Amino acid sequence: MKEELLKLEHLSIDYKVKGGYLSAVHDVNLSVNKGEIFAVVGESGCGKSTVAHSIMALLPGGNEHIEGKILFNGQDLRTLSKKDMEKIRGRHIGMIFQNPLDSLNPVYKTGSQVQEGILLDGIGKAEAWQKVIELYKDVKMPDAEERAHSFPHEMSGGMRQRVMIAMMLARNPALLIADEPTTALDVTIEAQILEIIKDLKKTYNTAIMLITHNFGLVAEVADRIAVMYAGEVIEYGDVFEIFHNAKHPYTRLLMKALPRKTQKEGRLQTIDGSVPRILDKKPGCRFANRCPYAMERCSLETPEETFAAETHMYRCFLAGQAGREA
Amino acid sequence: MSNMVELIDLQKHFAVSNGLFRQSKRTVKAVDNISFSVQEGEIVGIVGESGSGKTTLARVMLSLTKMTGGNVIIDGVDLSRATKKDMEKLHREIAVVFQDPASNLNPRETLESSIMRPMIIHGVPRSKAREKAREVMEMVKMDLRYLDSFPHQLSGGQLQRIAIARALALSPKIMILDEPTSALDVSVQAQILNLLLDLREQMNLTYMIITHDLNVIRYVSSKMAVMYLGQLIEFGDTETICDRPAHPYTKGLMDAAPILDPADRGREKEIMKGDPGSLIDLEIGCRFYARCKYATPECKERDPENRIVEDGHQVACIHPLKYSS
Repeated sequence: MKEELLKLEHLSIDYKVKGGYLSAVHDVNLSVNKGEIFAVVGESGCGKSTVAHSIMALLPGGNEHIEGKILFNGQDLRTLSKKDMEKIRGRHIGMIFQNPLDSLNPVYKTGSQVQEGILLDGIGKAEAWQKVIELYKDVKMPDAEERAHSFPHEMSGGMRQRVMIAMMLARNPALLIADEPTTALDVTIEAQILEIIKDLKKTYNTAIMLITHNFGLVAEVADRIAVMYAGEVIEYGDVFEIFHNAKHPYTRLLMKALPRKTQKEGRLQTIDGSVPRILDKKPGCRFANRCPYAMERCSLETPEETFAAETHMYRCFLAGQAGREA
Repeated sequence: MSNMVELIDLQKHFAVSNGLFRQSKRTVKAVDNISFSVQEGEIVGIVGESGSGKTTLARVMLSLTKMTGGNVIIDGVDLSRATKKDMEKLHREIAVVFQDPASNLNPRETLESSIMRPMIIHGVPRSKAREKAREVMEMVKMDLRYLDSFPHQLSGGQLQRIAIARALALSPKIMILDEPTSALDVSVQAQILNLLLDLREQMNLTYMIITHDLNVIRYVSSKMAVMYLGQLIEFGDTETICDRPAHPYTKGLMDAAPILDPADRGREKEIMKGDPGSLIDLEIGCRFYARCKYATPECKERDPENRIVEDGHQVACIHPLKYSS
């Protein structure tokens, strides 16, 4: 039933900076199954986008050092040549970004830009244009036929993001990586885009890796989530497990920091301090300096992956007991 | 309690040019006939999508742009006929905090001199200003050693604290906060919201918080104003509006607000279709007409007037939603 589509094994990414190596991603192990929505959440700088870009081999190149495996359908993407990777990109793994305006060419009709991808599969022009219009209808673009002739600047933010989704769907990839797909949009438009994403999962059975800092989005659509902190996946599991029965103190504190109540129910939880910049890996838990439950051991040893259930992993020595009384 | 801010049929229309030499005929009604009042010590949240006029409204109150109709009375000062002296008083009393603190602090100035600048402009002697800078730093719970730092050395959350400290420097009565936490991470957002609530308790400040985040509004504000295409469509007690929104748009906005617990996934909701559209040359009739599922021909023919649905809860809708109690 559960088939692994993407699997990251011991993925570590370091950037060479003045004075050493900056550990952006460290020992990430996770898998995305066919047809599921897997969310990677974390605050800015936690490495979630770096993970996403590394899967697509889109890191800037030059000063990064990557270790580990990125297995897609069992094949390690890191061993592929540039040319072979180009065949994977778009055709098998699609990606949409935060700001669609950056991804669209301003001087071509949006329809032609979507058509371009379809033509790559050796389909005739007229037929491809028909497909574009079908796709526009699939993403619920108002006035699909006319909008295919619109230029990016003639569209609203929500419509542009629809174009990006249509473009991605054109080649029907098995996996879609969506990096903050709704961050630039208003809530009402965000809700519309989320509906489309949910529909996609149903009709196309596309697996979606959703990269976001927005817990609202995760609560709404994700099947499973991974929480990242300072380059590490500190917890992953079923979305209900993580929201209701988190084991890692960071996840728990974050859940309490969400403004989901009124003032009558008290002040919001805060997390003191800030995310450390990890230069030169040292053993120890990366959250130890901010963790209210930290013990001596936490800054000396790195917590290993511990499983609360078969699908619920966390990295903490306290076995989920931290803050139980609170 | 007295009215701290009173908006009376406030208007801000912009003329749109059709080209260099052609006469401009079209107007953008960015803020159109807005009336509501804010009491001393209250926290009022202003919500709306991009282009709904919330920031223009703030700019008019800060006299960064001139209104084209109506009036604003702030702490007894009538903006339409304020003297230079009145304006000086107002500029001390109203402070503002913007969304992106990094772009509002001079990158070449130390934080101390950034915080001192408004005081020096208002004629506070240097030594006094320096003393006050220390005081406000402590109020926002920042270590005094940061006074000699430059903006690029601080994180987003710390910079927002500095922006708040600077806003506090002239001991204002009203603070206008334009998306104060939108650029921040969840854990930092919680710190800033708690700080704002603490400061209000200590100094009896009045806040007007502009945001698109309904969860933040629900947590922080006592009253809320909902804007749509330049108009105020609903105003009242936050809890009442969240529980029983009277305008179909507000209801749609509430339904679209992100849930914060996967257990709420099954909740009943309707997703609004379309987007607000353009502000240029709006015709008569309800501006939400095209997106509203309760619309009748009447809605297109006349502007909905403000009506009171319950005590202190006003709505601009011909067919406000009703709830059986």
